[in-house]
Amino acid sequence: MDDVYSRAGSRADPPYLVADYVGTRIRAPQRPLILIPQTLSEITGPVYGHSDVLPEEADLTKQHAGEPLGERIIVKGRVLDEAGRPVPNSLVEIWQCNAAGRYRHVVDQHEAPLDPNFTGAGRCVTDADGNYHFVSIKPGAYPWRNHPNAWRPAHIHLSLFGPSFLTRLVTQMYFPGDPLFRFDPIFNSVPDPKARERMICRFDLEATRPEWALAYHFDIVLRGSRATPLDADHA
Amino acid sequence: MPERTPSQTVGPYLHIGLTQGAYGAREIFGANLADAGPSGRHIRIEGRVYDGEGKVVPDAVLEIWQADDQGRYAHPADGRPLASNSFRGFGRCPTDKDGVFAFATVKPGSVPGPAGAAQAPHINVGLFSRGLLKRLFTRIYFEGEPANAADPVLALVPADRRRTLLAKADPGNPGLFRFDLYLQGANETVFFDA
Ligand SMILES: [Fe+3]
Repeated sequence: MDDVYSRAGSRADPPYLVADYVGTRIRAPQRPLILIPQTLSEITGPVYGHSDVLPEEADLTKQHAGEPLGERIIVKGRVLDEAGRPVPNSLVEIWQCNAAGRYRHVVDQHEAPLDPNFTGAGRCVTDADGNYHFVSIKPGAYPWRNHPNAWRPAHIHLSLFGPSFLTRLVTQMYFPGDPLFRFDPIFNSVPDPKARERMICRFDLEATRPEWALAYHFDIVLRGSRATPLDADHA
Repeated sequence: MPERTPSQTVGPYLHIGLTQGAYGAREIFGANLADAGPSGRHIRIEGRVYDGEGKVVPDAVLEIWQADDQGRYAHPADGRPLASNSFRGFGRCPTDKDGVFAFATVKPGSVPGPAGAAQAPHINVGLFSRGLLKRLFTRIYFEGEPANAADPVLALVPADRRRTLLAKADPGNPGLFRFDLYLQGANETVFFDA
């Protein structure tokens, strides 16, 4: 059975074991993965769409009585596959810490204030051209215990589905010019520097809302199928 | 052509974004796939996740994707009509402080495989956690299922490791299957690259 989804692009991904990221040492599998064919089980996947989300879930600044503190931002972009085709109707889930670098999570004990007006979770579904759009506040950097004086560069976590169980992706979006990049073992777990840069959004002056919010553009590229059935028919 | 966006870990705070129920928010996905009353044998799959030190993993999330009791996937690439649209086939469950997850679902049927072969009933599993820079991908099969012997994917797994993919019926609880995952060690679960 021929592959439907390309395998070569997975070179962009980090390996499981990255010794500098201490948590991987006891969680990365030690045996090699077993290569399997792409069957109906892999090339299908959950179908969730516009009826599953509410429009207001894409605005993280409107979930409480008041407005969260911090720099208001627009985060938007397109979800594409490796052939450059838009991925429509795909659920995008995001989560992040507040402007002070604190997550609203029981495990986060960073001595920075919680913001009563910020939960830090949002979701939306891509439109017919693969576009997504969120309003949030810029997350802060935060310390973690990986090594002495370890800090994560500011980032937003993103979770995407795409058309099959094989296109599933969880990643992090970083902000341009962060001085913490060179010290972060998670950012640097991606071996190819060009692939690392694909996790950094770009400032988008055109998309800013004057006197209201700055905007960042972030395109996300999912694993692509080698050919649509239609292409194959005409090959 | 654009190139792929690399994978990154979900980190320790995944619950805020992926399993918001714990934070009082509306959840799209849960661990009960059977509450819409799909046909088939209703089962429960329970297990624990262990790390390389033998400790439970309390901050993972499991996602499952499966066919209905007739072996059909609720997805356009499976051209066969569904009995009803009540079974969507996808579930998500975080592990708790004891590393435990549990799904309520229906036992899937046999699924078409490569070159006309049938695949034994199985559930596709994705696992994410802090310390995992990309998803782990495996399958749950059912111990004692006669179709396992001819399954084309199980056939690719060395015989002495196949047991790591078999859910075991709990003798004291009809409909309950147990399936533990070991990220490392002598019992390391078989993980796939598709
Ligand atoms: Fe984070």
